[in-house]
Order: sequence, then C-alpha cells, then structure tokens
Amino acid sequence: MVESMIRVLGFSTVGLVLLIFAFLLREGLPVLSSVSPESLLGQLWYPTFGFFGMLPLLLGSALVTVTAILIALPLGLATAVFVREVAPSWAREILKPLIEVLAGIPSVVLGFFGMTVVAPWVRNTVSAPTGLTALAGGLVLGYMALPTLISVAEDALDAVPRSYRDAGLAMGATQWQTIWRVVVPAARSGIVTAVMLAMGRAIGETMAVMMVTGNAARMPIGWEALLRPVRTMTATIAAEMGEVAKGSTHYRALFAIGILLFLATFIINLTAARAIFAKRRKGGLR
Amino acid sequence: MVNLALAWAETYMAEHPDVRISVTGGGSGTGIAAMVNGTVDLANASREMKGEESGAARANGITPIEHVVAHDAIAIIVNQSNPVEKLTLSQISAIYTGQISNWKQVGGEDRPIVLLSRESNSGTYAYFLEKVIRLGRTDSRLLFSPDTLLMPSSEGISVEIRQNPNAIGYDGLGYVTPDLKMIALARDVGQPYVLPSVDSVRDASYPISRSLYMYTAGEPEGRVANYLQWILGDGQSLVAELGFVPLQ
Repeated sequence: MVESMIRVLGFSTVGLVLLIFAFLLREGLPVLSSVSPESLLGQLWYPTFGFFGMLPLLLGSALVTVTAILIALPLGLATAVFVREVAPSWAREILKPLIEVLAGIPSVVLGFFGMTVVAPWVRNTVSAPTGLTALAGGLVLGYMALPTLISVAEDALDAVPRSYRDAGLAMGATQWQTIWRVVVPAARSGIVTAVMLAMGRAIGETMAVMMVTGNAARMPIGWEALLRPVRTMTATIAAEMGEVAKGSTHYRALFAIGILLFLATFIINLTAARAIFAKRRKGGLR
Repeated sequence: MVNLALAWAETYMAEHPDVRISVTGGGSGTGIAAMVNGTVDLANASREMKGEESGAARANGITPIEHVVAHDAIAIIVNQSNPVEKLTLSQISAIYTGQISNWKQVGGEDRPIVLLSRESNSGTYAYFLEKVIRLGRTDSRLLFSPDTLLMPSSEGISVEIRQNPNAIGYDGLGYVTPDLKMIALARDVGQPYVLPSVDSVRDASYPISRSLYMYTAGEPEGRVANYLQWILGDGQSLVAELGFVPLQ
C-alpha cells in the first residue's frame, strides 16, 4: 500500500515535468510559424518591433553562468575541503549551518546589494563605463551558487572512506598531499555533480541577475564583454512576460526562450548524471 | 504612474472606508492587458491604447473608454557632477541611437555615455521612442541602441545615475528626486532651452510632455464612476504633490 503510493507519487513528479515541457512546446513552438529559425538566431532582440533574435540572450546567459562558476568553483571547493577535512569539529558545527543560511537569502536582497555595492565597486575597480555588467552578475550569481556547491561537494568528500585518508597518511603523505592527491580526486564525480547543480542554479536565477547585469541585449563578443552589460534569458522572460498579449508572437517567443532554458538545464543535468554514471562503471566511488 | 495611482487609491479609501481599491504596477501594457482580460475595473496607462490592444478588447466583447487624468513630462536626467546643462531633442536622439557616444561631443567631459532606459513594457519607453528617438516622425525606423541598459524600475534608473557620472537616463518628472540633475531641452537648434516644471509642461513650452490615462471597460458605473469623478476633481491636488501636472 505505502509502496504503491510512493510509486504513484514518484511517477507523478516525472509526469508533471513532462507536462510542463509539453506546455512549453505547445506555447513556444508556434513562434516558428511567424518567425523563421534564422531570425530567431539573429543578433537583434527588439520584441516590440518584430526582431526576435535570441543569440544575444543565449550568449548573455552563458557568459554570466560561466563567470559565476569560475568564481564559485575555487571558493566553494576550498570551503568544502576546509569544512570537511581541516576544520576542527566545533568549527564545522558552526560553519555548516551558516553556509545553509547563505542559501536562504532571498535573491532580491542579493540583487539590491549587487546594484548598490557590487556594481559601483566593479565600475571603480576596472573603470568600466558602468558597473551593471556581466562581471557584476557573475559575482552575485557565483555567491548565490556557493551554498549548493559547498554542500554537495562536502557530501562527496564525506563519502570518501576513512581508509583512503589513512592509507595516504600511512604512505608518508602530508595532510595537504592526502587531501589534494587522494581525497579530492576520489570525490571527483561528486564534485562534478556539485558544479553542475550550481550551474543549474546560476542559469535559472532571475531577479538578482535582472538587477545587476544592465539587461542590454547586445552581443557579448570579445574579452571586454565581461565588463559590459548583458541581457540573460531569464531576465528577458521576467521583464517582458507581464506585458505581452496572450498568443502574440512576442508571447510565443518568450516561451521559446523558456524551451531553450529548459533544454540548457536538461543538458547540464544529463552531463552531471553521465559523469556519475561513467565513474561508477569504472568502479570508482559513488 | 503607479505612484500616482497608489496615492489616489489610498486617499480615496481613507475617505470612503466602504470601498476597496488595490493597485498593481508593471507598466501600461500590463494594466491594459488585465482590463482586456476583464480582471480589473480600471487600467492606468501613460500612453494611449494601441490598435491591437483595442482590437483584443473588442474581441473579448469589451469597449474600452479613455479618460485623461493628469499630465506628465519626461525629464532627461544625469549625474549631479555632469557639467552638461542643455541638449536638443536631436542630440538626445543621436545619443540614444549610439551615434554620439562620448560626453565631450555634446560639451561635457571626456567620458563614455551609458544609456539607461525603462523596460520595453513601460509606457515611458514607447513614448520616449516615438517622441524623442524618432523625433515624432512616423516613418522613422530608429531604435534604442543595443547597448542601452533596460532597468526594471524607476528606482533602478535613479540608483545608477546617482552613482555613475557617465550615465544618462529618462523618467517621468514625478520620479525625479532632487539629487538627480535635469537637462534643459530645446525642440531644435536656435529654439529656447526649457527645464521641465509644472508651468513649462502646462504651457507646452517643454518639448516632451504627455497625458496620463485611465481606461474603463465600457462607460464607468457605480463606484468606479464615483472614483473617476473624484480623481478628476479633488484627486487633482495629489497630482501636483507627486510631481505630475494637474489637468487645470
């Protein structure tokens, strides 16, 4: 009885996701009947004037997400290693809940902080014309992705058997060598999962990004793109969905962006799943 | 115009405890869409309804009625430290299309210009595009430069301008705070430069001013009609308080 109920609930979750995807397809795909696929991949996004080029939005999301991960990965991994491997147990008891509190800060609060503190700092430090840039977005998002990255990476380190550490130390390796040459590599697949989940968090974040990236739908090309404004897919949907007439081309185009976002997170999660799977087949941990 | 709509609703509810009015922001398009869908009694808009919107309303069996409730002017705002005092409309058009990209080209310091705008669902956005960027020409196909930063709120624009000496922005006169610097505008070279104010908007010497509207689904009746009557009468005192321009 209980078992079958759990099964029903499990299947219904999968079913709901499929239904959402079907809904996205139904609302978004008809955009192809009024806008050609080439113009959907164009470089101009002026939805109120019939330009529906999604390339700047796609690249904008990619740039901000990659920046966020490049910032969050070293910080997050170092924190996870410190909390799990180095910190004395009393410090761990304090740090772990604090990191979880981080995850609970509403994104609009971080966005406001980003707008009033991070953006001016970016402008003054790199002397960009404005601080509302991809870099500011990456900094705020990287911070927001940290709790996810730390918790999952820490769990992965936790799953490395005690005997690995003992073996490393017994071979005469220092604690530092044991951590970087034995424990972290053994937890690699879990760390990849942590990065992928953090990426999923970063690419889907909306409010904070909308407040700090400037939302200019320009092509983020060249190294200086990091120091210029970008418009992400999520911010575009959030900013424009409230206004569109239901069933209009603009409405369909926003749902088409939703499909792209869905596919992007799907591919990220699939990569994460494959990383875990491949590792397991090779007889690694987890 | 959400500030004005909120002030009207709060004051009216204080005077008439039996009436409940809730106001939601989001831009003119949002309000009109809600009126077309029949979810609100009154839609506030800082622009006239578009042809496709009234078409959608009629398709839903609704005849939208337009009421002018106040006047407004768009102020061009820059950082306090910016030495530029005055611009012509065509200079602003060239700035917002990206042809002018440095303040020294319009008599300022050697600094890049950072363009700020409201999001495309704001009535102010559509109005600014028609009246300033396209200079009122219906055959013009000019658009905002792709480098324009689209801010989700008036507050976003003022925060950025307050801290960034490179920035230029525009917003309703009612949202301009004293710590922002307003630019005097001329319709063309050789014509007088005018700062936005209650007087210059009412006598139309300020080049970018507009009317604010409320739309009802059909002729207003009962409480909605009373409310509108009050807005056009006693409610006008609030208009001036919020930096907009009253009808009389």
